[in-house]
Amino acid sequence: MTSLLSIHDLHVSFDTPRGLLQAVRGVDLEVPAGTSVGIVGESGSGKTVLSRAAMGLLQGKNVQRTGTVVFDGKELTALPPDEVRNEFGTGMAMIFQDPMTALNPVRRIGSQISEGLRVRLGLSRADAMKRSAELLALVRIPDPQGMLRKFPNQLSGGMRQRVMIAIAIACNPKLLFADEPTTALDVTVQAQILELLSELRAELGMSMVLVTHDLGVVANHTDIVTVMYAGLVVEQAPTRRLFANMKMPYTEALMKSIPRLDQPSGGRMPMIAGRLPDPTAPEPGCPFAPRCPYVVDKCRSSVPPLVSDGDGHSYRCWLPLGGGI
Amino acid sequence: MAGSGKAHLRSDNDVILSVEDITVEFKAAGGKSVKAVSGISLDLIRGETLAIVGESGCGKSTLGKAILQLPRPTSGSVKFDGRELTALPSEELRNVRPAIQMIFQDPVSSLDPRLTIAKVVEEPLAIWNRGDAAERSRKVDELLNSVGLEPEIVRDRRSYEFSGGQCQRISIARALALEPLLLVCDEPVSALDVSVQAQILNLLQDMKERYGLTLIFISHDLAVVKAVSTRIMVMYLGKICEISGPDDLYARPAHHYTHALVGSVPLPDPNAPRNKATIQGEPPSPVDPPSGCRFRTRCPAATDKCAAEEPQLTEVSPGHYVACHHPR
Repeated sequence: MTSLLSIHDLHVSFDTPRGLLQAVRGVDLEVPAGTSVGIVGESGSGKTVLSRAAMGLLQGKNVQRTGTVVFDGKELTALPPDEVRNEFGTGMAMIFQDPMTALNPVRRIGSQISEGLRVRLGLSRADAMKRSAELLALVRIPDPQGMLRKFPNQLSGGMRQRVMIAIAIACNPKLLFADEPTTALDVTVQAQILELLSELRAELGMSMVLVTHDLGVVANHTDIVTVMYAGLVVEQAPTRRLFANMKMPYTEALMKSIPRLDQPSGGRMPMIAGRLPDPTAPEPGCPFAPRCPYVVDKCRSSVPPLVSDGDGHSYRCWLPLGGGI
Repeated sequence: MAGSGKAHLRSDNDVILSVEDITVEFKAAGGKSVKAVSGISLDLIRGETLAIVGESGCGKSTLGKAILQLPRPTSGSVKFDGRELTALPSEELRNVRPAIQMIFQDPVSSLDPRLTIAKVVEEPLAIWNRGDAAERSRKVDELLNSVGLEPEIVRDRRSYEFSGGQCQRISIARALALEPLLLVCDEPVSALDVSVQAQILNLLQDMKERYGLTLIFISHDLAVVKAVSTRIMVMYLGKICEISGPDDLYARPAHHYTHALVGSVPLPDPNAPRNKATIQGEPPSPVDPPSGCRFRTRCPAATDKCAAEEPQLTEVSPGHYVACHHPR
């Protein structure tokens, strides 16, 4: 399978008053064309920084980035910012967690969608508006013509997220980054948006990177899952294989701590004690060691390598669940 | 949903809180008004945990605050521990307040960043002149210990030095300082990571047993409340849809809205049938709610009767009440 996006040994650190914050510590990630890849992790695991860095969105004096990002045959990490921008819209696009703040509050929906169409595809104002209405229909918004004239504050959260999706897919991107696209939405609306994203992916032949903290969201909407912890990939596998055969204790613990409808009522919830390590002062061993129920001495002294079973399932653990390779 | 009615109220001697026909109205633009809570009745028996579940805008937080008289409800009755709160003059109401405490969704912004943690937890005790400085300090240490924090380490630090989960522990310690009878938790774990959510839910269970608390647990997440609640009440647009014990509610949701909510929870299982969006659209504006049953505009089973008549809560099985003309 050819990779649309290929990230190799990516490190991202931020200079902070408390020292160097190592948000992403050497990540490899492949997004094969036509697939949906989920990046799962808790706050501070580096999942959002990884996706922003992949798009070249993190720049500035306090950001240190090393490693390579190859998108659609072009090495983005070697391109000047202007040329990276040329990929936005037509190559890759992004939707964000909070549709309330991601839209411009003082511009009508129609002008916000047609902006990309005019700049990137060179459409005339009239053609861009016509295409905008088609896009609104594509994201299942009733009365697209009426919607073009509205302002974001007139819309509900779910409608705003649909508009965000319409903007993102306007120029037929090859890859859509969706960063927690449903976290700010109600559960019934979340189900609708996830379904919409999956349908659009099939209709438009788009690849997707779905960033989320919710294993329930990735289970049904991705082909491959990458689990991150403390800036490292700790487990990666095709989705079904991961859920059937978790190798990394952290993935298992994360899975067990999800509140489930089929758990008995009135009991105690399985939990992970402790919390994420301090990203400015990483310990020498496995980052999950202080919270891991199976920890042994070796875990505290050296970080386990990411090993692969040769069949697309890799994990980072000295004592993988169910035995090693 | 819509429903009104009091069929679900119980006549137990141990009812600590009894709310009848409570309505909360806010002024909206254009001289209109919004009934955020519209004729809700509920009761709580000592030691119970009542979960109030619904989506944004259903009135669940407003209901929780109205029970605390923040602000006082527009109409209706709130009887707590034998006293009618809606009729109490402000000064007497203040004397009742220590017995009802609240914790909030965002633990970081609900703590004063300028105060040390010891001061944050001590503040309620100081305001109510409980004990002398040494006794209060001992009490603070005891509270911090009981919520799983090391007093020596956290006492002199400030809230911004802690993670969300730890701040929620501090909020719980503060809420428990005055030994309340009733604790209202408004989305206490929504802002926390999944791994920390379970820690806080377990802590609330422990505190409930240790201090003999009665809990109201407000959440948008049906899966979260399953483990902690004795009774679950589902709300939609200011009305009650369904109220039941947790096992019955999840196994046999009688209201179409509850059924949709249960079906919308994403399951962490790739082999489970993909939950097709079970209901379409979003809740209508509470400024201009639909006639009759308020859920009828999104309900797959709606008929003319639903537009004409508001359904009343009726018992479908012991302890399980639903407000629907065509229960599932």
